Parts: sequence; C-alpha cells; structure tokens
Amino acid sequence: MLDLTYETPKPKVIAGAKHDWELVIGMEVHAQVSSNSKLFSGASTKFGAEPNSNVAFVDAAMPGMLPVINEYCVEQAVRTGLGLKAEINLKSAFDRKNYFYPDLPQGYQISQLYEPIVGEGEILVEMGPGVARLVRVERIHMEQDAGKSIHDMDPNMSFVDLNRTGVCLMEIVSRPDIRGPEEAAAYVTKLRQILRYLGTCDGNMQNGNLRADVNVSICRPGQYEKYQETQDFSHLGTRCEIKNMNSMRFIQAAIEVEARRQIAIVEAGGSVDQETRLYDPDKNETRSMRSKEEAHDYRYFPDPDLMPLEIEQAWVDDIAASLPELPDAKKARFMTDFGLSEYDANVLTAETSSAAYFEAVAEGRDGKLAANWVINELFGRLKKEDHDITQSPVSPAQLGGIIDLIASDAISGKIAKDLFEIVYTEGGDPAQIVEERGMKQVTDTGAIEAALDEIIAANPAQVEKAKENPKLAGWFVGQVMKATGGKANPKAVNQLVAQKLNN
Amino acid sequence: MTDLNSLTLADARDKLRAGDVTSTELTEACLSAVDASGALNAFVHHTPDIAMDQAKAADARIAAGDAPAMCGLPIGIKDLFCTKGVPSQAASRILEGFKPEYESTVSQNLFDAGAVMLGKLNMDEFAMGSSNETSVYGNVVNPWRRTGDDAPLTPGGSSGGSASAVAADLCLAATGTDTGGSIRQPAAFAGITGIKPTYGRCSRWGIVAFASSLDQAGPMTKTVRDSAIMLEAMCGYDPKDSTSAELAVPNFEAMLTGDIKGKKIGIPKEYRMDGMPAEIEKLWADGADMLRAAGAEIVDISLPHTKYALPAYYVIAPAEASSNLARYDGVRYGHRATLDAGDGITEMYEKTRAEGFGPEVQRRVMVGTYVLSAGFYDAYYNRARRVRTLIKKDFEDVFAAGVDAILTPATPSAAFGLGEMADADPVKMYLNDVFTVTVNLAGLPGVTVPAGLDTQGLPLGLQLIGRPWEEGDLLNTAYALENAAGFVAKPAKWW
Amino acid sequence: MSIDKDTAARVAKLARIKVEEDALPALAQEFNNILGFIEQLNEVNVEGVEPMTSVTPMRLKRRVDEVSDGNQQDKVLANAPDAREGFFAVPKVVE
Repeated sequence: MLDLTYETPKPKVIAGAKHDWELVIGMEVHAQVSSNSKLFSGASTKFGAEPNSNVAFVDAAMPGMLPVINEYCVEQAVRTGLGLKAEINLKSAFDRKNYFYPDLPQGYQISQLYEPIVGEGEILVEMGPGVARLVRVERIHMEQDAGKSIHDMDPNMSFVDLNRTGVCLMEIVSRPDIRGPEEAAAYVTKLRQILRYLGTCDGNMQNGNLRADVNVSICRPGQYEKYQETQDFSHLGTRCEIKNMNSMRFIQAAIEVEARRQIAIVEAGGSVDQETRLYDPDKNETRSMRSKEEAHDYRYFPDPDLMPLEIEQAWVDDIAASLPELPDAKKARFMTDFGLSEYDANVLTAETSSAAYFEAVAEGRDGKLAANWVINELFGRLKKEDHDITQSPVSPAQLGGIIDLIASDAISGKIAKDLFEIVYTEGGDPAQIVEERGMKQVTDTGAIEAALDEIIAANPAQVEKAKENPKLAGWFVGQVMKATGGKANPKAVNQLVAQKLNN
Repeated sequence: MTDLNSLTLADARDKLRAGDVTSTELTEACLSAVDASGALNAFVHHTPDIAMDQAKAADARIAAGDAPAMCGLPIGIKDLFCTKGVPSQAASRILEGFKPEYESTVSQNLFDAGAVMLGKLNMDEFAMGSSNETSVYGNVVNPWRRTGDDAPLTPGGSSGGSASAVAADLCLAATGTDTGGSIRQPAAFAGITGIKPTYGRCSRWGIVAFASSLDQAGPMTKTVRDSAIMLEAMCGYDPKDSTSAELAVPNFEAMLTGDIKGKKIGIPKEYRMDGMPAEIEKLWADGADMLRAAGAEIVDISLPHTKYALPAYYVIAPAEASSNLARYDGVRYGHRATLDAGDGITEMYEKTRAEGFGPEVQRRVMVGTYVLSAGFYDAYYNRARRVRTLIKKDFEDVFAAGVDAILTPATPSAAFGLGEMADADPVKMYLNDVFTVTVNLAGLPGVTVPAGLDTQGLPLGLQLIGRPWEEGDLLNTAYALENAAGFVAKPAKWW
Repeated sequence: MSIDKDTAARVAKLARIKVEEDALPALAQEFNNILGFIEQLNEVNVEGVEPMTSVTPMRLKRRVDEVSDGNQQDKVLANAPDAREGFFAVPKVVE
C-alpha cells in the first residue's frame, strides 16, 4: 500500500481588534447505530413514525421496567472502534447520568462514563492534496438517545415524543486537535465517511442520525504548542460547548461566530464562562442554554440494572476480520493501482458506492480514463439532476463500453460525449448504438482525403495563408470534421492536412 | 372444621386436589376475611372479580387434572408489584391512579402456576420503612397484640401488609420484597415465615424498583413448606431482567427432609450486639440448641465487617433509589401537582415530587442525591461499595470454611407500637434492619422462622442465612428449625 | 462533614423536591444525623478493595436486534396526566 505522507495544515488565525487568535476545537459526535431496535428495548428505531408509537414500556420508564442490551449495537460500537484503529476494551460498563428533562423518561441516561467500550483511536482528516491532520479520538461509548420535545405546537405547553428515546448512539469524542472551522467540518465529513463504509451509522444528518457537539476555545499563537508539549489545558482558553449541530455548514458558521464572540470578550478584558451554548442559524449567533446549565451535577454511578459488559477477544477478532476496506486504504490503492491523482482518488472513495462503480468501470481498462469519465461526465451529469451514483441510469458496463470504443479508436472523444448522453437518457448498448446510428469514426484515409481535396480546391486563398502560417492548418481540420459530421478520426485528419499543406 | 382461609398452602393444595374443597370456596372464605379486616388496613386494593374468575378457572383446571403448583390458592400481592389493570402504587401518592398495562414477571409466574389474587397489600411507601408507617394508605396494624394491651403494633416493614394479612389468615400467603429486610423483619414481627432468595433468583421485572442491586422478591407464608412451594412458583430465569440468573429452579419442597445431620451451622459473634434484649439472646441460643439436637454441628464464626453493613446500606440504597425514583416526575403517569400561573417545568417537577413523595422517601432520595453529588461520590458511594465487597467476602470466607448456614436473630426486638418511633431519629428506625441487611448486601438467601413468643406474648423470629443459590438446602434447615421450635401460636382475633 | 441550609437547598433542587425555606434547617439537621451514621465507614480499611459491581456476577445478557416491542401508543399514553395528539404534554420548557 502506498504510504502517503502529509503536511500538517496551518491553524486558522482570526485577527481580533488587538491580536491574532487561534482556535482549538474538540468534537463529540453522536452517531446513531443503524440497528432495527433500540439499545435496551425491542422498540423500532424507524424514523418518522407516529409520536410515541415506537415506544416500549422500558423506553417510557414505566415503573419496574428493566434494560436488556442489544448485542448488535455492541458489535457496531466495536466495529466502529476497529475502523478508527482504536483500542477495544474487553470490559466496559454502563453508568447512569442523572438529570431531569421531560424527554428523558428515566430521569437518567444510560451511558458509559467510567469504562467506555472503545479507547484511543485516530482519524486522518485530509484538507487538500498532501495536507491532512491526524485527529486523536479519545474514546467511543454507547449511550441512549433522548426523546424529542416540541415547543412550537402550543403557546403554553411542550409536547414530548419518546420515539427516539433509547435509540443507541455512539458518542465519538475527539481530543482538542482540530484547529479551525473547515477542519471541523472535514473531521465530521471524514468520520461520517468511515461510519458509512463500516455500515455502523447511515450518517443522515438531516434526520439527526449524526450530530456534533463542538467544544471551542481560543488561544494566542504559540499557546497550543505549549499545551501539546505538556497536555496542560491551562495553556488554552476556557471552552464553550455548542450543542447538537446537524449540518456541516452550521458547524463551520457556529465555530466562527463563537470564536469571534470569545475573542471580543477576552479583548474587552472579560473572561469566557464555561457553558453550553446553542447555535441559532437564523441570527448566526450562539446563545447560552440556561436549562442545561442549572443541573450539571450528573451524579454518575454504575447502573445496577446492568452487569459490566464483557466481550471476548475472539469475537472482536471476528469483527476485525469482517471489516471492509476503509477510505484511507482504498484511496491509497486507487492511487497505486490505477495511477490516480490524490484528488481523483478522494472523490472516488468518498462513498463506497462510487468507489465500487469506479472499480467496475476501471476493471481491465485504463484507470485514469475511467476516473475521468466517472468523475467528469457521470458525476457531472448526475449532479445536474441531483442524483447520486446509486441512481445512475448508466451502468458500469455501459460506461465501460463507451470507454472501450474510445480506446479502440472506434469513436472520438467528442462523439463519446454524445454517445454518453444517449446512453444516459435512452439506455442501450453503446457499441450497438454507435453501429446503428453510424457514429463510428471515419478512419478511411481515402474518404478523408477526398473531403480535404474538395476543401483545398474551394479555398485557395486559405491554402496560401496556411502555408505561410502553419497554425492556420486547424481551420482545415475543422472543415473536414464538419464535412464528415464529426466522425472523421481527428488524428488521421491532422496528418493529412499537414501532408497536403506542406506539398 | 378450620376456617378455609386459615389453611396453609400445602394443606389447601392437597384438599383441592383431593376434591375436599374448591378454589371458589377457598377464595370466598378469604374474600370474606379480607372484607372484615379493615382494622388491619392490610389489603388496600381489593380485586374480588379477578379472584373469582381465577378461582373458577383454577377449579376447571383441577377438575381436568391439570393443576399446577399454586392452582386455586388465594394470595395477596404487595402493592410494589405491577399488576395489569389493577392499581399499583408502591403505597405512594405519586403513583396515584396508576394502572399498569403489564404484569410483573413474579405475579405472572404465580398466575401461571394457578394462584388467585385477592388484592394488593399495603406496605411502606416505595418499600422504604421498617414499620409500615410511611404508606399513603395509612399504617398497617399487626394482628398480634401484647398480652393485656390493646395498643396497636406495627407489623414491621416494608412488607407489613403482607405479614399482617398472612398472620391474620386473610390469605394463604403473600408476596413480599426485601431490600434490607423487608420480608424477614415483618415476617418475624407477625410470627410467619419469609424468605428472601439469592439476588437474581426472582425476576425484578415489573416490580417498582427501590434499590436495584438489593431488591429481591420472595414469599411470605405460614410455614416453611409453603415458602418452598411458593418460591418455586415465583422464581426462575427471566430474559427481561439482566440480573436474573439463568439457573434451573429446583423442586424446593422435595428438598424438605428435615434431615440436617452433619450440617455445619455458624453463629456469628458480631451479631451479639450491645444492649440486645435477653429474650432475643435466649431465643438465639435455643435455636442453636435445637439445630444441634437435630444433628447439626454448631460453630462460632466471625463476620468482621457486620458493623458496617447498615451504614453501607444507607449509602447504597438511597443512592440507587434517588436515581430509580427520578422517573416519578408527573409526565407520563401518576400524580402531577396543580400548578400556579407562570409555573414552568421545574416547578412542576418540584411540586409534584414534594406532594407525591412522603417524608421518608424524600429524605432517602435527597440523601442519595447528596452522596452521589460531585465531590462526594468516592467518599461515600464508592467507599460503601468497597465495604460491600468486604461484607460479601466475610460470608464467602465462612462458607469456604465449610459452614452450610448461619443462624442469627431476625430482629433486635419484637414488634413495637405504631407511632412509638415517630419522634425518633431516622437512624434509630434503620437499626431494625441490623441483622437482615448484610444478607442483601451479600446477595445471599435468608429466611426467618418464628421460633417463640416473648414475655409479652409477641412472636420472635430467627434468621438462617444460606449459601448463594442454595435456597433448597437453606429451607430444609429452616424446616428442621420450624419442626423443633414447634411454633403454633396465632394472634387472637380482635379485628 | 456538616451540611448547612444552603447545601440542603441545593440537594433538594438537584432532587427536584420543593422544600420550603423554613423547613431547610430541620432537613439539614436530618442529613447531618444520617451522614454522621454513614461516616462510620471511614473506619474501614478499604485499600486495594474493588467496589462491588454486581453481587452475583454473571455474563451480561444480550438481546438479538429485532423489533419485538412498541406499537402501543394508547398503552404508553394510558396513564398520562396530560396527553394530547399522541404526545405527553408538559408545561413549556425554555431551552
């Protein structure tokens, strides 16, 4: 495998009124495990059901109800850990995080504070060709999602829906290694990509299946390096946590405005309060969440309803053996095996479906040509209709067929684009279409010569000019192409034009 | 002929199967007794319709020759058990009006075994108490009175309604739950038998949780044999409870041979407390003599951390309770306070819980909240869990040395008067559990057997503690003790 | 360790139990009595002793990932003090 070396990206610098400032960002990403039923109950996890219909008595915290863990969720957490090259803890345990909120029926969330199932891992976050940051993952733990409170259905009441209550989340906690809003978005993008490769989370941010809490602080240039040396957080500023963001755009915007807010406070001689904040995209500002602040003594203790979770190394090994090829490896392989640029390899490996499509097209063909066609023609065309690769009307075999026709000089690149459009809109076998519609390239030099002779005869003045200035030969090439309906082999035309004009 | 309601489970079962009596007759006799027992305040929700339906069904099964272990036997169910469609309030105002849409595993097991439910039994609110004085339904009265004294006595707690009902022959047996002694202490105060099985033997699913790592259900019965019959019907592996043991349930009754020759019975010196009444001390010595006479070897043992069991319990139980009781918030079921204009969600919680929980529950929830709060977790909760490890190890060491069971007094006194402790420090009330609470902390089975009367004519009990999962062997030892003690006294009917 | 009125008020707040101002001193006193009793635990040498996690250790049971529950909106809401349009209704929560 190609061992890529990367340059570390420069931290984002924001100029304050008095100084330059850098950002320090840590993320807690909540990823919903793609499971059929909830972490501790047999109720469905399906999105969009009638309110309070995907609710077991356990989820509603009816008296005397008890949790029983979903083994599949454990497996997915382990799989995720392995995908992030993390330590898997064979023994983990569940703790109760106690607080009152109407969408938290038990009055506690079952989580893993003291002994999480996954320990230290890492994520390589690419910021452009040759530039990437290795972000350390501190831990991954499993926990229950809360329900949903709806505040806008009634002026005086909030309405509570417990459908989401108890769905299994993986909380993936990074170290404060992220140094700017773009990096933060790139981190979430990369993490999402890995989760989707692993199949442990569908990454649907719109439905809230992937959400991020972002810890932001500011520091003067140089301070972060001191923190790195000592791991002493006192070199960094006080952080604020922006809760529950489910769009890459909002994540970037929120970090930016939050950093500017903190800079303004500090430069005015004030100090930042450590608190939980909410981002309001309409006003593009963050504001303090009072309700969450009141009760921050969570009184964690081991859940007595659940024994510690002990898993076997052999089971972990089996999961490891079943891991798919992950983005970094796939990308490196594409670069090595197909000679792709890092950029193209990144684009093609963004989703497993596009990577698989590309591989099917590139199989036995020129990799670079295949990549060009997939990225430029196919993706471009799909994008016009807001489709993704899984909705492509052109199969890899069809696109491969078009590429084969180019490679065998049967059609020109220009004709190939027309052919692609036909296959895209009408379907059919490319070779057959070329045959039936007479799109085949004319390589018969006799026919080309005849056409050229006619043009030369009709344009003596042009011939004289072209003889003086060879650059004007292109005009004759164009005329021949026009006369042959674009089917003449451009290489052959070029050669003939050069020959005739030099005579 | 004896009143049908005063029969033991075993006798009633045999008569039912012999066709001498029907479940309908038994049930009617019990329902009449229940109706006439208002002064005891033991039954708080009566379910005569369910009872009669179940009795008729049981009679049909008996007639068809398909009679499971508890078929047709009328029992009472502690209010802590969720029973489908029947008020289940844990004797708390906060669960006012709550009718579960589900049946607890233990009560379902009993119904599957053919048992008949007469109604729900009074208890201390959320099982927090040792005198049944914390119930929203009011105090339960013990059918026993001191000789020549009409003063109402406590039946103990928290399963006080169960103890009172069984002792007064309102039902043949009752379910109880035991977190720190809540089966064994009231059983002793009421002159009946009660066993708390090994933690994990009975499913906790559908039983209102008090302290999850300590709670266990168990039977409260008139005899050891009845406890064996009923425990077998109640317990068993339940996939809905992650702490339920995946172990086969033995035929406990078949293990009651009365033969304890060669068994080693330990007498823990740490249970000889300062100021222990002479009567209790004598009862304990007599118990040891009886077991010795039955062929057991009596050995002195040491359980060095006994003294710390009660303080450890009063960290662990309130801590777990503070979290378990957080769900009573007025949102999804039970009581919700009437709010003033402008009250928000926090006011709703605070008023609902202040109105819904009685003083003892509030006290324990707040103590539990405190010991788990930031900065105190290690000093209190983790320390208590470490001490718990040591307490369990004390027992493990003794069992490893060959001891089969441990004999102790059940309670430090006989039943006391209702209201007598009203002004006492809560800690004084907690001392009632001093002999029983170690068993919960160590997860062991413990049984109390009535062994004599004190000078005032009140029953006194002895406790036997067994090895984990050895309820059968423990019950057999209790059976030998019961045979030797020959306790037959009954409270004179005054209610 | 002595609990004062303010601590008692903080604990009551954390437990979401309304305690009237004039009841706080008595509550603090009760806490102190109970905590005084608990403090005996400090006499025990617990060095190197693991806190108990489960009193009867066993392998944590697992469920298979099937939908086996739910679809019972009526039963879930049956006991609710205030249910509207399939939701539990509570006084407005300000975030």
